[in-house]
Amino acid sequence: MSATATAGPASESELLAVLQGAFPAVAVRPTGDHPAFKLPVAEVPAALKLLRSQSGFDFLTDITAVDWDVEASPRFSVVWHLYSTTRLGYVRIVADCLSDTEPTAPSVVALWAGANWHERETFDLMGIRFTDHPDLRRILMWDGYPFHPLRKDFPLAGIETPLPDLEVGEITGATVKPAPMMGGPFVASTGEMNLTEAEPRAKDESWHERSEKPATL
Amino acid sequence: MVTPNTELTYNTKIEGDIVVTRVDAVINWLRSNSVWPMPMGLACCAIELMASASSRFDIARFGSEVFRFSPRQADCMIVAGTVTYKMAPHVRRIYDQMAEPKWVIAMGACASSGGMYRSYATLQGVDKIIPVDVYISGCPPRPEALLDALIKLQDKVTRNGGTTKQLLSA
Repeated sequence: MSATATAGPASESELLAVLQGAFPAVAVRPTGDHPAFKLPVAEVPAALKLLRSQSGFDFLTDITAVDWDVEASPRFSVVWHLYSTTRLGYVRIVADCLSDTEPTAPSVVALWAGANWHERETFDLMGIRFTDHPDLRRILMWDGYPFHPLRKDFPLAGIETPLPDLEVGEITGATVKPAPMMGGPFVASTGEMNLTEAEPRAKDESWHERSEKPATL
Repeated sequence: MVTPNTELTYNTKIEGDIVVTRVDAVINWLRSNSVWPMPMGLACCAIELMASASSRFDIARFGSEVFRFSPRQADCMIVAGTVTYKMAPHVRRIYDQMAEPKWVIAMGACASSGGMYRSYATLQGVDKIIPVDVYISGCPPRPEALLDALIKLQDKVTRNGGTTKQLLSA
């Protein structure tokens, strides 16, 4: 453990000092909980390595991504959460992807082997390509699925595609169909003081099993 | 010492009275009382499925205690849980590997209709890919509901007409 490490979770100013020495482009990110910093995406692996060696952040808890909006630019941000098992605190690193259509981010599998599946999941659902990932395949959806379901332009109900197994699709005549949304998605009404009204409920019940999804939706 | 039975006639004192019936009825009765399940445990319904095999509920009372994890040795696939589109072709292939005659129980809301999973990843009812004989409501259903479905299936098997004909033509 280095000299900068003291008892208790690392503070924002302490971490900013650590990061600023090596990465002048670092910026403090508004946060509601843990210290958070914004970095150019190419510098992230080096920054995470520095945090691991200098500030005791030895555990990678999560890698995920944010799709801000279809029209937004930068559209995608990748988020890394680190935890220190010695000082019991988190830090969040966020980086915007340079491309809005083919977003990429550097892989940190070399630093934490556990990043492997996190990055595969982020690739699968958000379509972020992690460069130098040893095995960047889909992890939840099947190989060959054409979409990235957590992107903003993907409807929750889904898009019609063939079944993963074409032979079974041929025998059964079944395809991946948009799910009927009557009864869902269940969305809570925030800011509603009457709890009965605030209960999660379906907002669009216009199409269901017996009434096909309108083409305009 | 075993003495060979040399009598060629039917001895009612030893064998009891004769019951006359139809072959169909006998075969159906045999089938319905030893339905060997193929547990297709995909989600939490499988926990209730396991519970129905336990001593408290005892699925053996209905002749179905022999759970077979090989489709070759099973009669009835119990689809217990959420069928994702990724899993769906495998369910179909396992069903295809089961020997005739075969039946399917869709256990719980997810297997019956997709349940609460109205999403891009979930097959909206396993009957989209395999023929289902009995549906069970519930999320998850209690073991009693599964036993009820099994009794319903036994009824269906017992009422099957033309069993012998189907066997001979197969």
